[in-house]
Formats: sequence, structure tokens, C-alpha cells
Amino acid sequence: MVPPEPSPSPAGRPLRVATVSLAGCFGCHMSLLDIDERLFTLAGHVQLDRSPLTDIKRCGPCDVGLIEGGLCNAENVEVLRAFRAQCTLLVAVGACAINGGLPALRNGLDVGTLMTEVYANNRPGLAPGSAIPNDPELPLPLARVHPLHEVVHIDHFLPGCPPSAEVIWDFLHAVVQGHRPQADPALIRYD
Amino acid sequence: MKQFFLDGAPVPFEDGDTLMAAATRAGHQVPHLCWHPQLAPSGACRLCTVQVDGRMTAACTTRASEGLEVHNHTPELTALRRQITQMLFVEGNHYCPGCEKSGNCELQSTAYALGMADMRHDLLMPQRPVDASHPDLWLDHNRCILCKLCLRASRELDGKDVFAIGGYGAHTQLLVNAPDGRLGASALQADDHAAHICPVGALLPKRRGFAIPIGQRHCDTTPPPPLPQDADHGPT
Repeated sequence: MVPPEPSPSPAGRPLRVATVSLAGCFGCHMSLLDIDERLFTLAGHVQLDRSPLTDIKRCGPCDVGLIEGGLCNAENVEVLRAFRAQCTLLVAVGACAINGGLPALRNGLDVGTLMTEVYANNRPGLAPGSAIPNDPELPLPLARVHPLHEVVHIDHFLPGCPPSAEVIWDFLHAVVQGHRPQADPALIRYD
Repeated sequence: MKQFFLDGAPVPFEDGDTLMAAATRAGHQVPHLCWHPQLAPSGACRLCTVQVDGRMTAACTTRASEGLEVHNHTPELTALRRQITQMLFVEGNHYCPGCEKSGNCELQSTAYALGMADMRHDLLMPQRPVDASHPDLWLDHNRCILCKLCLRASRELDGKDVFAIGGYGAHTQLLVNAPDGRLGASALQADDHAAHICPVGALLPKRRGFAIPIGQRHCDTTPPPPLPQDADHGPT
């Protein structure tokens, strides 16, 4: 399958980029920041929409959506679908987004058992009467952790735990230039 | 001496040679996971698939013959091998960030060399229990790719019969020949060939993980070979 050509950013209009962490550790965002002073170069070409780095609450229409983390609860799925609806090019960033990552190791265990082990069960350190949180304000966990591509179409993948700053820079640089991003095999890592 | 042609290069062979054996001896690289020069071929992984007279065939089980034109390095084969590798990844739990074989794993380096960035398919997420019953070795069935190298090494090199393959279809898995079906009660010993031949992180020595610094592992020191010219690097 050929990934769609990203709409080249017309002269004068900065590329709109949204980012989010779902069942992520924020490590992929840290790796994005690891491009260091090149962030200033990027700032001239990119306008951040919803992102942990901005105060925007909802994702608006964007050229690129960068998503770290897999899907572990209902809110993750809702946010992912909103990003898919708004972003031309949706990117799975990091191992968790691509195959669930290490959080998916919980898939061998029953989620109810896990919650009981952590929040109830008279575990040492818990106050007596502690129970599994049940306020509807809290998103319910999914039975299993899933990668993004099992729920929405993903246009591009940046593997790594996290992807190196070089991989993230190469990707953003290509999109800003209006090129189709292409992974350099020598930079691909899954660990 | 008889010869066949691999991507146009003449490869000498002897009667009875497979394409893989002759090509490897002549210094060529045909991707593979289940083939080993000391063991009988198995034809399990299909990564050594090459094109002979327009047909796809496994280089490890195809006899060399005079004048054969074999293609090993084409965009089409890269795409096919990448799909096979993606299938192996989604079939198991290959969470490289927490695997002590990462950087020295043949499945992983194969995927790197093919430019694999994604999984493409839904994950099967098998949940087979780990066997840590052996004093020196442990076995994570969720990383096993059923190459049968351990099985063949145990039988053909160690003169033991520690492993077998059991089950059918998607439920096929590696079995341990022991009264309780676990490594600890088997004849497997830490210095057996079978204990060292696993190409992935399925059969591992205990207490020896993460011993090689990042930067000195196989994947850090050996860049992947270039892909054929117009291969699609994208998410296929």
C-alpha cells in the first residue's frame, strides 16, 4: 500500500501538527524534544495544535498527527478517532503505538484481576476498605492493550522505544519540505 | 565445475547442493531464519524464497542445477519477505524493548534489513506460559518462531531428542520431550548445541541478559545491506 502524499505546506502557511500520548510514557515526546536546537528551525515551519506541549484542548484540522502509546482505555480510543478525523497524515510513533509495546504484556492477565491486585485485595500499603475506582469520570480500561492500526488507518510508522531524534527529525523535515516521508532502513530500531 | 547464476553472478556448486548451501559457500547472502549450514534444511521460515524461472521457491530446499537463473534481490522479493516477517512478528509477542536478545536477534535484523516499520496485521497476542524450570536455561514460547533449529540441533548434533513440534495450524508449538513437558526434566544441558542455536529470544541462558552494551550489539555494528532499487519502504 502506498502512503498518501502529505499535502505540501503552501508557502506562508505553517504545517499544522497535533501530538498526543495515549497509553504512552511520554518518552516519544521526549525523543521529539531531543532534536534540540533544531526545534527552533521547526518552529518556523510548524504550528502546534493540540499537544501535551500546548494548552489546546481539542484537535483541530491538522496536516500531521503524531501519536505515541497504544490503546488501553476508552478515552484513548475516543481521542484516537478524533485525531483520525482531523489529521491528513496520522503517524504511529514508537513501539506502543505500533504493536502495543511493553504495556501489552498485561494482555496475558485478566484486567479485573489486575485492578483488584493493585487497588483492593488488602494489598500492603493500601488503607482498609480500598476498592477499585468506579467513578464514571474515569475511563474504563480495555480488556487488552491494542496497537493503533487495529482501530484506525495509520499512514506512517516511526518504530523505536523510543524512535531516535534523528528518525523523528527526518520525518518532520520531509513533511515540511512536502516530500513523502520514507524510513531510512539504517535508522530503524524497535528497542 | 557446474554453476548457476544468482542475480547474474556465477555460483559454483557440487551435485546435491541446494541453492542456499552453494550461494552461502560462495559468499552470497540469502535471507533466512531456519537454515543452518550444519543441519538438514527445514523449509519452515520461507524467507529464503527466491525466483527461479518466474517461480517462487525456497532456496534452502531447491537443488542447484546447471545454468539456473536465480533472482535473490528484487523489489518483489523484498516485499514478500517483509510480509513474511510481519506475519512472524504479529504471531508472537515480539516486544523488543524488553527482550534481552534485542540487537542480536536474527528475526529483528531480518526485519531491519527489509526496512520493516510496522506490523500491518492484527496481533495474535499468544499467552503461552514461560518455562523457567531448567537451572541454566529458560524458554519463552511467545517468542518462538518454530524454525526448529533447536529440535534439529538436539537430534542431529547433540544426539538427543529434547524437542518436538506439536499441535496443528495456529496452535502449533514447540514441545519439550520430558515427563512433565518442561525443560528442567529434559536431557537438555547448557553446553548443548541446541541450547545456543535459537535465532530469537525464545530459548535463552539464565542470568546473562543485557550483557552487551548498546552500540556493540550485532545490529549496532553491522548496517543492513541496501534494499533493491525501487523497493517500497513504506508501510506494506
